Amino acid sequence: MTTTHQPATDLGHLLHKHPDRAQSFTTSSGVAHVFYPKATNEECTVALLLEVDPIALVRGPGSTLTQYVNDRPYAAGSLLTVALGSVFRTAMNGRSESYPELANTPIPLVIRIPALPHRLADRLFTPLGWTVEITEHGERHGDVTLTGTVRLSDALKHLYVLLPVLDGGKHYWVAADEVDKLLKAGDGWLSQHPDKELITTRYLARKRPLITSALERLADVDEVEPEELDNALTEPKISLAAQRKEAVIKALKQAGAQRVLDLGCGGGALLRELVKDPGFTEIHGVDVSAKALQEAARKLHLDRLDDRRRERITLRQSALTYADTALAGYDAAVLMEVVEHVDPSRLPALEHSVFTVARPRTVLVTTPNVEYNPLFETLPEGQLRHSDHRFEWTRAEFQEWADGVAERRNYTVSYVPIGPEDADRGAPTQMAVFTSKGGKN
Amino acid sequence: MELKIPDLCLVVLVGASGSGKSTFARRHFLPTQVLSSDYFRGLVSDDENDQSASAAAFDVLHYVAGKRLEAGKVTVVDATNVQAPDRAKLIEVAKKANVLPVAIVLDTPTDVCLKRNAQRPDRDFGAHVVKRHRSALQRSLKYLGKEGFKRVHVLRSESDVDSATIVYERLLNDLRHETGPFDVIGDVHGCRAELEELLTDLGYQVQRDDEGRAVDAIPPGSRKAVFVGDLVDRGPDTPGVLRLVMGMVGNGHALSVRGNHEEKLVRALRGHKVTVQHGLEKSLEQLAHESEEFRRAATKFCDGLVAHYVLDGGNLVVAHAGLPERYHGRASAKVRSFALYGDTTGETDEYGMPVRLPWANDYRGNAMVLYGHVLVPEAEWINNTMCLETGVVFGGKLTALRYPEKELVSVKAHEVWYANDRPLETLVVQREPDVLALSDVTGLRRIETSLLGAVTIRAEQSASALEVMSRFAINPHDLLYLPPTMAPTATSQRDDVLEHPDEAFAEYRAAGVAQVICEEKHMGSRAVLLVRKEGGAIYTRTGRAFFDGALGDELLDRVRGAAKPLFDEFSTDWLLIDAELMPWNAKASGLIREQYAAVGAAAGGALPVAVEALEAAKARGIDVTDLLARTAQRSANAAAYRAAYERYCWPTDGLEGVRIAPFQLLAVEGRTFHDRSHLWHLETLSRLEGPLFQQTRHLVVDTADPAAGVRWWEELTEAGGEGMVVKPLANLGGRVQPGVKVRGREYLRIIYGPDYTSPENLSRLRKRSLGRKRGLALREYALGIEALERVARGEPLWRVHECVFGVLALESEPVDPRL
Repeated sequence: MTTTHQPATDLGHLLHKHPDRAQSFTTSSGVAHVFYPKATNEECTVALLLEVDPIALVRGPGSTLTQYVNDRPYAAGSLLTVALGSVFRTAMNGRSESYPELANTPIPLVIRIPALPHRLADRLFTPLGWTVEITEHGERHGDVTLTGTVRLSDALKHLYVLLPVLDGGKHYWVAADEVDKLLKAGDGWLSQHPDKELITTRYLARKRPLITSALERLADVDEVEPEELDNALTEPKISLAAQRKEAVIKALKQAGAQRVLDLGCGGGALLRELVKDPGFTEIHGVDVSAKALQEAARKLHLDRLDDRRRERITLRQSALTYADTALAGYDAAVLMEVVEHVDPSRLPALEHSVFTVARPRTVLVTTPNVEYNPLFETLPEGQLRHSDHRFEWTRAEFQEWADGVAERRNYTVSYVPIGPEDADRGAPTQMAVFTSKGGKN
Repeated sequence: MELKIPDLCLVVLVGASGSGKSTFARRHFLPTQVLSSDYFRGLVSDDENDQSASAAAFDVLHYVAGKRLEAGKVTVVDATNVQAPDRAKLIEVAKKANVLPVAIVLDTPTDVCLKRNAQRPDRDFGAHVVKRHRSALQRSLKYLGKEGFKRVHVLRSESDVDSATIVYERLLNDLRHETGPFDVIGDVHGCRAELEELLTDLGYQVQRDDEGRAVDAIPPGSRKAVFVGDLVDRGPDTPGVLRLVMGMVGNGHALSVRGNHEEKLVRALRGHKVTVQHGLEKSLEQLAHESEEFRRAATKFCDGLVAHYVLDGGNLVVAHAGLPERYHGRASAKVRSFALYGDTTGETDEYGMPVRLPWANDYRGNAMVLYGHVLVPEAEWINNTMCLETGVVFGGKLTALRYPEKELVSVKAHEVWYANDRPLETLVVQREPDVLALSDVTGLRRIETSLLGAVTIRAEQSASALEVMSRFAINPHDLLYLPPTMAPTATSQRDDVLEHPDEAFAEYRAAGVAQVICEEKHMGSRAVLLVRKEGGAIYTRTGRAFFDGALGDELLDRVRGAAKPLFDEFSTDWLLIDAELMPWNAKASGLIREQYAAVGAAAGGALPVAVEALEAAKARGIDVTDLLARTAQRSANAAAYRAAYERYCWPTDGLEGVRIAPFQLLAVEGRTFHDRSHLWHLETLSRLEGPLFQQTRHLVVDTADPAAGVRWWEELTEAGGEGMVVKPLANLGGRVQPGVKVRGREYLRIIYGPDYTSPENLSRLRKRSLGRKRGLALREYALGIEALERVARGEPLWRVHECVFGVLALESEPVDPRL
């Protein structure tokens, strides 16, 4: 951080760090070194260098490679923030016994952060009176220089709040007192910031737990991003969801189904609706993701549900590409937005599991109608609605598949559009209602 | 007095209190076989005589009885059982487990019962109770058979009880003592001429009577024919077939189980009202020309046929429509019905034929099951079962399977004997895709391997793998193998490296391995190549396809083209090859961008600026010497880190730039090669030629004098190589690590971070623990080899998949990912 306020060496007084000495401080995030590369009457630069112990950074079984080797020791983020708050606390509070007036005066400052996740830097610093210059190191990091005339304590507060916000992740668990810290450091500027909501959310955002799931370890083995594997919990956020549930429940009622399978129940969105209706006497939700089932159990409040409702619900891990005899004997099965997550080459196995092994009287399958996609304004052309969708079918493609299933498995099938219907493109969601030709389950 | 009971049954003792049931049970059965209501009352209430606990006690007793019967254990219920509803529940338990219920009644006189109870202080409930038991028993006696007891023995006096002995009889379906060899013959349906021809082809000598009619066939050697039923109906000469088979069975030359057509024919011949269709009309018409005596004999023969046989010590089961394992050797109406008609849904299709469930897809038993009933175009194995109904009567063929040789012999139909009212192809049951059951992979599993014995997979490991396998892996039909993880060599104590070849050579020397092969480690991604003459797959360590769609097909085509010499040499339709696919970024580009490049960029951005600032401070005379030296070193480390990962990345465009380094030929049709030397593998695979393929440099090292190996590693890694893998040259298995990796100092920066080489970091990292990783490497290797051996033996897909799934499940174990 450089100032050209004269005498420039007053910066040392404001910071309570002598310009002719190098000092070291042990902080919870590493050893912070403060020294002055330049200290003349015209220009004074103070440097804060944080040495992080990379090996002590991560501990615990089940950590992934990403947690062992990462940019924490180099990039400005929450670790640097902790050091900043500890080493320059007094200055940040704006207190200076010897130079109270100077501490309260905006001075010309240039702050250089040589490795900072820069994507939001311009957007967040500019409204605070900084001119932002960025030299990119790569997609994520850049050498960022902030120039402005700002009170020193405000400048430090800006850094204290915005460095972790730019970084997007904190290295420690976010505790309740983080809110207080944010309010204190944001005093006087945050409430006027046009992006205050973004800043608040990201500042308080929880980091993923350090102990990761087995799934993430497997992603590690295969050298892919965990997010590529773990998307079972993400439900497409389109207003259609409610209409889809409504249509499914209506079809279940029409079929007179009481004992119902929700195949691919995910976080339990449909299960929660089914539980509300005592007409569904047995509700059996299965998903392949153990994590999704935990989420479903949590959202259904299974542990404190009364016996009568609790006994109606079963949650189990299962996979539709394997034959599961425990799914046999139900009135109806729902595959709501499930088939498009299955590789086309695995659909025959799913067909066997659902229509021959489970063989309920009624099967409901909903899936996106790709013809409708151009009508979603936010969906880029040619892109599917979810990154894990292996395909999205036109109405003709869906019906070709479903007609084939019905013929091979001795069912009849009819089709129901869900959502607002477009004259040319049909409805956003399509549903097939299969009914077994035999009278018996 | 001999009491005959089946060697698997539920024995229900019936008698009043004091009739001597417990004493009788103790004398004739093991304590574990006897379930006494007194005992169960005690179990649930702490008081054997607490009648209020009876309901709960019987619940538990029925449950235990069910479990024992399911497991095939003779079980004796010691309770009064004088009331019909109590007995009905026990009959239900027996039926559910498909075993026969038997009643042994102790009809001990009332005064004897009373006398005995008087001697027992805990039985002070008075004479009226015994009298009530006695009268209920008297009322029950004549109905026991009707209630469903297959045998009823009544012991009328004390001396009857004292002299009784239990004699076990085998069930009618139990022919385990018949060990063959057998010729199992599919549905004949009145096609006598074809049957005679088939028997002749099988080496039988057909015997004829004065009128030239076939009346027997003498088998070659000690063989015996076994018919799967449906001898009759539809065809031109049902009486001729019956005459021949009756002769063979009568003379001990053949066995036959009952088919649904025999079942119906018997009913028709006995004058029951049946719908005459599906070829029954032919039999009735033909039999009308036979003598009354023959008709009677034929009726008796067909009616005497048993619904299924268990043969050869339990290794072979023959049933007309097949039989799941839980029904083998069991007896109940349900078992009989399955054996005759198969597993039907109760629905019918558009031709009025029952919709059948493909039970064989779910079959997981050890016994071979041979059957007919369902028309198939060719006899083929599905999970150790085979259907032999190849439709001779519809103009197909008559098929036999030689057991235990597993050779198929068939003769073509002489003509289409029975025109169908529906197209033939609709009669043929479509073969399902290879169906795997959830129960093949979930829960706690113990998988027997040839290398390590049983390998245990914990339930939570299976659960993690299920998600990855079912959502991302390729079709299990192509996923025949997953490569095991490999442990690094023991940690070096040298002060500048974490891994060094010395430890690898020492480990193998200590294990008695004289020669090892060092293979250069290609920094790419592990790839398994299943190359079929048509189709196949190239997949990753977790079973995902390497390239999607057309690109994957094209790569496979190129490999297939190059593999022509190998297809020829091994005369196989497929090859399974273990390989490394380069460059690293071909698959891991996301990870490299998000992870390695990000670290490199941040370090490269921050550290030089820090060095500059420190130098400026130093020039001002500030004492930052140590910090400057450390930071300069970190800056150099960061540069080395970037150089390390960039070395393994290069641009690809489609398949341009992609290279494959194959290093092990895992298996071909019918064979594995894991016992061949690694030199053989490298030499064999070097015949894959073309720019796509990269050879693996290697060196054979004597573990007693490994200096050359150390030098080779130094040269490799100094030139920027990842390192090497050291394996026993002879490709051992078992308790010796199948290979260990020795990674280069610079390469390990990618794994342990830019600054791992600083002395204080190295000394901490040296405490890494390898035990878990090494254990996993051994178990995963054993599972992988087991999968290959099962593939080579032509075992059912579920048996192969179980091992492959096991490897993935073990990979979900939390181990230090840097190892």
